Amino acid sequence: MRYLLLIMCVFCAPAFAATGADPLLYKVQVEELEWRNAEGGNKRAWDIEGWVGKDRDKLWIKTEGESSSDDTEEFELQLLYDRAVAPNWDLQLGWRGDFQPESRRSWLTIGMQGLAPGFIETDAAVFLASDGRTAARVRASYELLFTQKLILQPGVELNWYAEDDEVNGLGSGWSSFELGLRLRYHVTRKFAPYAGLHWDRKFGETADLAEAAGEETGDLQFVAGLSVWF
Amino acid sequence: MFSKYHESGVSRRRFVTGLAAGTAVAALGWRKAGAAEVSPTQVLRGNNFDLSIGYREVNLTGVPRQATVVNGSLPAPVLRWKQGEKVTLRVKNNLATDSSVHWHGIILPADMDGVPGFSFDGIRPGETFEYSFPVTQNGTYWYHSHTVYQEQTGLYGALIIDPIEPEPFAYDREHVVMLSDWSDERPEDIVVNLKKQSDYYNYRQRTVGDLTAQIREAGWKATREDRAMWNRMRMSDRDISDVTGSTYTFLVNGQPPDANWTGLFARNEKVRLRFINAAAMTIFDVRIPGLKMTVVAADGQYIEPVTVDEFRIGVAETYDVIVEPIDGAYTLFAQAIDRSGYARGTLAEQAGLSAPVPAMDPPPVLTHADMGMGMHGEHANHKNSRPAASDAIAQAGFGSFAAIVHAATEYGFQVDMRAEQPREQLNNPGIGLPNGGRRVLTYADLRNLEPTPDPREPERELQLHLTGNMNRYMWSMDGINFANAEPLLLKLNERLRITLVNDTMMNHPVHLHGMWSDLETGDPDHIPRKHTVLVQPGAKISYLVTPDMPGDWAYHCHLLYHMLGMFRRVRVQA
Repeated sequence: MRYLLLIMCVFCAPAFAATGADPLLYKVQVEELEWRNAEGGNKRAWDIEGWVGKDRDKLWIKTEGESSSDDTEEFELQLLYDRAVAPNWDLQLGWRGDFQPESRRSWLTIGMQGLAPGFIETDAAVFLASDGRTAARVRASYELLFTQKLILQPGVELNWYAEDDEVNGLGSGWSSFELGLRLRYHVTRKFAPYAGLHWDRKFGETADLAEAAGEETGDLQFVAGLSVWF
Repeated sequence: MFSKYHESGVSRRRFVTGLAAGTAVAALGWRKAGAAEVSPTQVLRGNNFDLSIGYREVNLTGVPRQATVVNGSLPAPVLRWKQGEKVTLRVKNNLATDSSVHWHGIILPADMDGVPGFSFDGIRPGETFEYSFPVTQNGTYWYHSHTVYQEQTGLYGALIIDPIEPEPFAYDREHVVMLSDWSDERPEDIVVNLKKQSDYYNYRQRTVGDLTAQIREAGWKATREDRAMWNRMRMSDRDISDVTGSTYTFLVNGQPPDANWTGLFARNEKVRLRFINAAAMTIFDVRIPGLKMTVVAADGQYIEPVTVDEFRIGVAETYDVIVEPIDGAYTLFAQAIDRSGYARGTLAEQAGLSAPVPAMDPPPVLTHADMGMGMHGEHANHKNSRPAASDAIAQAGFGSFAAIVHAATEYGFQVDMRAEQPREQLNNPGIGLPNGGRRVLTYADLRNLEPTPDPREPERELQLHLTGNMNRYMWSMDGINFANAEPLLLKLNERLRITLVNDTMMNHPVHLHGMWSDLETGDPDHIPRKHTVLVQPGAKISYLVTPDMPGDWAYHCHLLYHMLGMFRRVRVQA
């Protein structure tokens, strides 16, 4: 969480003046800031993105993570250079750091983020670690408007690893699948409390490793949180 | 009625109005008629003016806000000039930031046009700039700040130029009806909201209910086909206005709907209404239930009178209409193009009367054809009846038949759409119109009352594409924004055709400073002159230009938050 505060401060510091057709702007998008009702205690989780830049070139920060009631925390942080390359797509290059209780790992990120046909928000990336490890991830979400303010957002995330990573409980191949279903109510455009479901499921060797460690391989959680941007 | 005036040349009414011009208009229309008691707008006349730009607290929505005003007035005072005179205007800037005044649609020397960075440096805080130029034209115009977003916060006013010659129509009284949009949000915040989320102000987006209704009405197959294009393009068919009634209050002469600005008339009078769209971002559809409107001028210039029930007025356009109210009260109803709100006033025999306010029409929904993608079925291939594209330049009056060419600079992240088959929309009043069997003005109705002022054939053609990326909220011409564009070079006194191709799904009111846009509406002998041309989504439109004033001129979309990108410098040189 302290990293989170640090990131917030970076973005809040300068108030950029809007000048010309292509002003220097910033945006902080707290996509998810939520409580998860998990077996064995509540968890807090976040998924936050922010950028600063102009129409074509931006610096992006992305972070997502989870902390448990016993104060263990795992999260990832990405610092990316972002360049608009197509009407609906940005290319993103940069660094990803994983911060786990037992380990830290750095990756090189190469990704595309944008709006896929069908209005599907998509973030797909390949990650290369210095020890030769390779991973990939695809995230996609969609907005279903029941009214102009009541919006259901289904989202999926799929992770893949090329090699086993026993320290972190990851096996090679498709490792995990997350499905989210969040019903937001937009009090304003920028402020929306929500409630929903978060379901994750481990696959293949990752699931075997979890079972061997006596952990669940799938979990359905109720979530409640806030989605905010500024 | 009008044909009678044409034939007889002089009518009794015209004679009376003309004779009494100096005093009668004031007595009948502006002051005594009650405008002063219900409308605080000042009227300044003469050829020598002192204007003072400053701040003033206003409260239009229940929340006090700071406006930028002229002489303490929102809208700015009505300026009344006389054709043939030289006017001198000393404009003092009492703001904390730079300011400017641009005389919209007035033909004048470039250094008097009031666009900062164009032969004019703007007016620094505390300084006074003296504008001085001869007034060669007459009609209904307006003036506004051309500095950042001051126009959104109230810096606009009507400009009326009385003619030397008697007018070719008669009326007993007149009122200015200035339409505008007001937000309690700062314009700097509005534009940042749009840059961060382009549909920020759109509360009419497709819902699950709309989808099931479409399936119920059109069936699965048709729905799937319809949705496929929008899904592929990642565009919304409900994207009509960038900034909507969700933040705007729409004003008539600075008054919100409930304040009900009222213009008075006496029983059976002919009333001339000078409509001016001074909004930052809002295109209006105007009607007066119970009255026919005879349009007698467009953008200040006389046209052959045409009688309609309704007209669409793009940002910065003006229309003069004559109405003949009988008695009682009539609602002036100007609904925003996206039907997110309306401006409203009343024409009444006495102050305090009002008439019912009609319900708004259904909000328009864009179609595939609005994306310039061609249409299916019976309407198809309308343009195939035209001569094939060739190097020859089409005759004056009929627009261009040159091939549509998308510049290489249109291919990139900054452009999300290119109209492959842009349509001519002269006969189409625009998206969402007509409605309810009403006769709506179209550009094809506009015919100059006088013979075409410059009957030469165009020597060359310029094709310019209006481009953008809605999701990124970027606007440009030919894919290049103002900061990165070279000036457009025009030769002094050449006759040129400009064809605008709208490669976006929005209407863009495009304003060329310093020279007329002679709109090609199909009659080469009576080409109407405009200063602002509304270009419909996925459409093309042509006008002829005679650049007769040397210098640098601004050329841009008049939607305030499109302007910084969709803007060109036009350089007229010998």
